[in-house]
Amino acid sequence: MIETIRAAFVIARRDFTAIIFSKSFFFFLLGPLFPLGIGIAASNLGSQVNRDIETPTIGVVLSAEETENLLATRTRLSRNLGSKSLPELMVLNGLQGDEAGNIAKLDSDKSINAILSGTLEKPVLTGSERDVTQWQGKITLLAETALSQPAAVEVETRLVGQTGSSSERGQLLTAQGGQALLILLTMILAGMVLSNLVEEKTNKIIEILAAAIPMDAIFLGKLFAMLGMALVGITVWSTMGLVGALVFGANWNALPVPAVGWPIFGLLMVLYFSMAYLLLGSLFLGIGAMATTVREVQTLSMPVTMGQLLVFFLAYSAITKLGQPVEWFAVLFPFSSPFAMIARAAQMENLWQHGLALIWQAIFTMIIIRFSVMLFRRNVMKSGQAARKKSLFARVTGK
Amino acid sequence: MHAPNIEFAIEARNIVKRFDGEAAVDGIDLTIRKGSIFGILGPNGAGKTTTLRMLLGIIDPDEGERFLLGSPDPISMAHQVGYLPEERGLYQSMKAYDAIAFMGALRGLPLAEGRKRGRKMMEDHGLGDAADKQIRQLSKGMAQTVQLLGTLVHDPGLIILDEPFSGLDALNQGKLERLIRDQADKGVTIIFSTHVIAHAERLCEEIAIIADGKIPFKGKVSTARDRLRPQVHLETRNLDGPWRTAIPADCQPLGHNWHFTLPESGVEPLLHALVEGGAGIESLSIERPGLHDAFVQIAGEAVTRRMEADAATNNQDEAA
Repeated sequence: MIETIRAAFVIARRDFTAIIFSKSFFFFLLGPLFPLGIGIAASNLGSQVNRDIETPTIGVVLSAEETENLLATRTRLSRNLGSKSLPELMVLNGLQGDEAGNIAKLDSDKSINAILSGTLEKPVLTGSERDVTQWQGKITLLAETALSQPAAVEVETRLVGQTGSSSERGQLLTAQGGQALLILLTMILAGMVLSNLVEEKTNKIIEILAAAIPMDAIFLGKLFAMLGMALVGITVWSTMGLVGALVFGANWNALPVPAVGWPIFGLLMVLYFSMAYLLLGSLFLGIGAMATTVREVQTLSMPVTMGQLLVFFLAYSAITKLGQPVEWFAVLFPFSSPFAMIARAAQMENLWQHGLALIWQAIFTMIIIRFSVMLFRRNVMKSGQAARKKSLFARVTGK
Repeated sequence: MHAPNIEFAIEARNIVKRFDGEAAVDGIDLTIRKGSIFGILGPNGAGKTTTLRMLLGIIDPDEGERFLLGSPDPISMAHQVGYLPEERGLYQSMKAYDAIAFMGALRGLPLAEGRKRGRKMMEDHGLGDAADKQIRQLSKGMAQTVQLLGTLVHDPGLIILDEPFSGLDALNQGKLERLIRDQADKGVTIIFSTHVIAHAERLCEEIAIIADGKIPFKGKVSTARDRLRPQVHLETRNLDGPWRTAIPADCQPLGHNWHFTLPESGVEPLLHALVEGGAGIESLSIERPGLHDAFVQIAGEAVTRRMEADAATNNQDEAA
């Protein structure tokens, strides 16, 4: 094992310095800024779409008669306006409608966005600024229609700093943001591993390496060199982003705090990026190792990108389904696990699950490397023209 | 698993390697003594490279067992082995001395020490000026020398060279032969494969001929030569007479020149019969066959046997 690590270090050092000290690395550092911008724009668009389509629940603390009237009005109006255009109404029995009681309910019940109390003539809407601003007009419409009067109803608003629901929504945003960043970085960087063994095969160095050190060490070394390069890139981009944020005076307080806190979340971002990179990278390295030419690598890029997208969609769709089977599947399926787990870090406080997840992902990385090495030794290290002329598919399948 | 014999640098027992169901190496037994220069001869595609790759642990045999310096795990002995593959390759952007150091580092030599030795070796081989150049800036011959030096930089006790002379001009071939002898004088075991017999004939104490995935001959070079009878080249004034009974009946003259295998009875009875029978000898030479002739015969026989076996199998298949 020590010999494998030593040998992997020799390979990693060579690859890392060869990449970092090449002129093209500068362009590599500049390159992702453009898709990063697109990613951020797309992420904002996604959030906007989310906001547009989400249907919040407003708790109702009115008299029984008014409550019945309001519910009937909502049903009537939603026939014409569509059910998504009006907030869901949930009757809250046992509340008095006082401010303290409303705030306590909002804090404890994450399913409620705001509470409507008072009377239909003088309604009071309690909630976070965002929710109150967004739904004040609809509540006015409901009240006026319920009262069937031409006089305008004015909704009194009472703002609370943070409700249970707004906190949850903030963490959801952090989960989405963290996951989007992780996905973007992995997409940009992991695909590069595909072509990582082509240089050795084109320059015929692979046999020198294979005769000197365990093949596992070659794969590990290459993988860690590429991870190192990726982390250097991320450090540069993060620094540029930070400088940009400081220059333009970003409002740091507006960032929703993840459940595990920012320092641990930051650490987990690095760890899960590393694991996502190693997992996908080891798979790509194994697939790319079967290719003998740059053209074959290019051909492989498209299905590999599609595969990545599928994994990312799985993780993304699981964000809002914590604890449900699909989310558990995303957590346990090795390739989506880092993305699903970073979403958990934003929304769940417990830390031990991250230790388990990282171990699970590391084990699976080793399994993929072993399998890739086995395939490589069996199907690629053959002598003679006949072996080289075989198709990529034949090399992968050993047929 | 049998216990390895520590006298041998290489020990292989009945190793088999199949690619796509076809045997590239078909049950090879091979033992190579430590401290010897050993040649592996064979035509192209005979299985030389596959055999070397199995011995080095680059690929594993499907059947049989092999020991390299007494270990069944050849990669674990890599720090004592130098290997020059048939397909030469170096990182093009590396500086020459760094490439040598890198190859040493792969086999456990500290990088700093490798760099120091790399520079020294390049100077010793008249390439001092090229030490700081990138590999892509070197000529093909220089790059090959750099790779060879990288094979030796960690002072291995066993050096395996796969077709080391291919691609080298006559001058560099001579240099390489000297280098092999120098290493052997230090007690290093040298194994090299080649299909150019002259190098093996000059350098090797022992050889193995690989043909069609098998080893039809292994032993001393002289033993291989002795498998063939000496060849007689005779020029006579006369084309017929009683002396004709002294040469094989199926031997046909080319003008007045006759070429035939020396009869079992030897030189003296032949000479006597030619003189007494009135051949009118203009010239007579008896040549001992070279390794090349032995190689052609041995490898040819093996290939012929295989072709006959294939034909027989095909016939059986067709009959069935």
